[in-house]
Amino acid sequence: MSAAMQAEGYNFAYLDEGTKRMIRRALLKAVAVPGCQIPFGSREMPLPYGWGTGGIQVTASVVGPDDVLKVIDQGADDTTNAVSIRRFFARVAPGLRTTERTAEASIIQTRHRIPELPLREGQVMVYQVPQPEPLFRLEPRRAETRRLHALADYGLMQVKLYEDIARHGRVGSSYDHPVMVGGRYLMSPSPIPSFDNPKMHMSPALQLFGAGRERRLYAVPPYTDVRSLDFEDHPFVPLRANGTCALCGARDTYLDEMVTDDRGGRLFVCSDTDYCGTRQAEAVA
Amino acid sequence: MTPDDPILSARGLSLSFGDVRALDEVSIDLWPGEVLAIVGESGSGKSTLLRVLAGEARPDAGVVTHRDAAGNDLDVHGMGEPAQRRLARTEWGFVRQDPRDGLRMGVSAGGNVGERLMAVGARHYGDIRAEASRWLERVEIDPNRIDDRPGHFSGGMRQRLQIARTLVTQPRLVFMDEPTGGLDVSVQARLLDLIRGLVSDLGIAVVLVTHDIAAARLLAHRLVVMRHGRVVEEGLTDRVLDDPRHPYTQLLVSSVLAA
Repeated sequence: MSAAMQAEGYNFAYLDEGTKRMIRRALLKAVAVPGCQIPFGSREMPLPYGWGTGGIQVTASVVGPDDVLKVIDQGADDTTNAVSIRRFFARVAPGLRTTERTAEASIIQTRHRIPELPLREGQVMVYQVPQPEPLFRLEPRRAETRRLHALADYGLMQVKLYEDIARHGRVGSSYDHPVMVGGRYLMSPSPIPSFDNPKMHMSPALQLFGAGRERRLYAVPPYTDVRSLDFEDHPFVPLRANGTCALCGARDTYLDEMVTDDRGGRLFVCSDTDYCGTRQAEAVA
Repeated sequence: MTPDDPILSARGLSLSFGDVRALDEVSIDLWPGEVLAIVGESGSGKSTLLRVLAGEARPDAGVVTHRDAAGNDLDVHGMGEPAQRRLARTEWGFVRQDPRDGLRMGVSAGGNVGERLMAVGARHYGDIRAEASRWLERVEIDPNRIDDRPGHFSGGMRQRLQIARTLVTQPRLVFMDEPTGGLDVSVQARLLDLIRGLVSDLGIAVVLVTHDIAAARLLAHRLVVMRHGRVVEEGLTDRVLDDPRHPYTQLLVSSVLAA
């Protein structure tokens, strides 16, 4: 995998050491105050905002030559964004190995998904975050949302959930469902499906979040309490398409719906390509 | 706590905007369950006084003390923002002149009423909805409209919704800034009736700012007349209105149109 052409003239992992130190300082602060958004000096990266500039900067700051990097986009290792980010790091970080196997990876940069295979201690999840502020649709003033976070004044978020139930009859959004971290900070889990929210709770892996355009970092340290917001009589239910993976037969994974022809044919497949592939290989063996 | 202790007392409040003295050595006491009306012409400093009493504006001099349900005296401007906000969503309420300032226009009526409940920790959807529906009925809004947004409501309904939203957590002290302003006369009358009923049922203390002497006569136990940032006359409503002593109060009372 890592045989790709090496780019000359760049510092290890593209960012200069001063920038990495700045980002690491912000990350330390983020880990010390779980769920709290920490501002950082986001740099221009060689890809557009919205493609993972925040995640790339976090990965570049924590990655070392001994690491094994996996990059997923919508759970898949072979989509454009995942391939180009993986190739980018292979070119600018000599010695770094890349992989598609969740179990082998020490750093997993992700957009939209948490792998199906349970994470273990020592692994680092890096999330690409488009909008770090969970309250932004409810309160447009940034100064005011910061005050609400400082005072832990989250009644507003609950009002939004109330409205969801009143309109749609159930709690929660299908993705980016807000969570309380450590019983203190309201946090956007990034646009992962609500199906993945429970995987954040008490995860043995370190979880880092980077929002490049919004210039914010935040983190969930290992074994931290992460609760999805809900009501007592309308508990949070992770959403999942009611189906079976057409390739590996899994009934407990997050599924993508594929349209197979223009006559209404469609099937479900696992969104986590590595997990699905592993299961297929095991079934053959 | 004895009935002799004021729930809110202000001493020597002064506030200037440049050369304009909006408040000049104002002292006021409010007792539990009492309705105090602040009347005066536009620019007399009555709305500024309300904002200072509610902790929304800071005076140049003077203190505002609130006695909470536990009997502790709290310095409204010295308690810090977290405590002030807690107070504002538990023991206090604020009814704005324009319901659009006091309501969330993008949120349904039920959500508006439920917000204060959720802000103080209610997490049971069914209970919140039942309470919201009960309060809508109490302010004479059809509970079937619980999922409608305030934008679809008339001016009078919006104002009643704002009152329901404010009173749902049973505050002990409510500030009202011209609650009947901008409504037509018959709607005003019904709203005043409603406020009077709720306030006496719940035993809430109210500071009411109004330029409408008739509204003050209907609601208030006591009256404070302000002019140029000073309190020129103070006393029981009927006494002040029937036997005004200060020349300005006499002018104010005599200028009310007889219906």
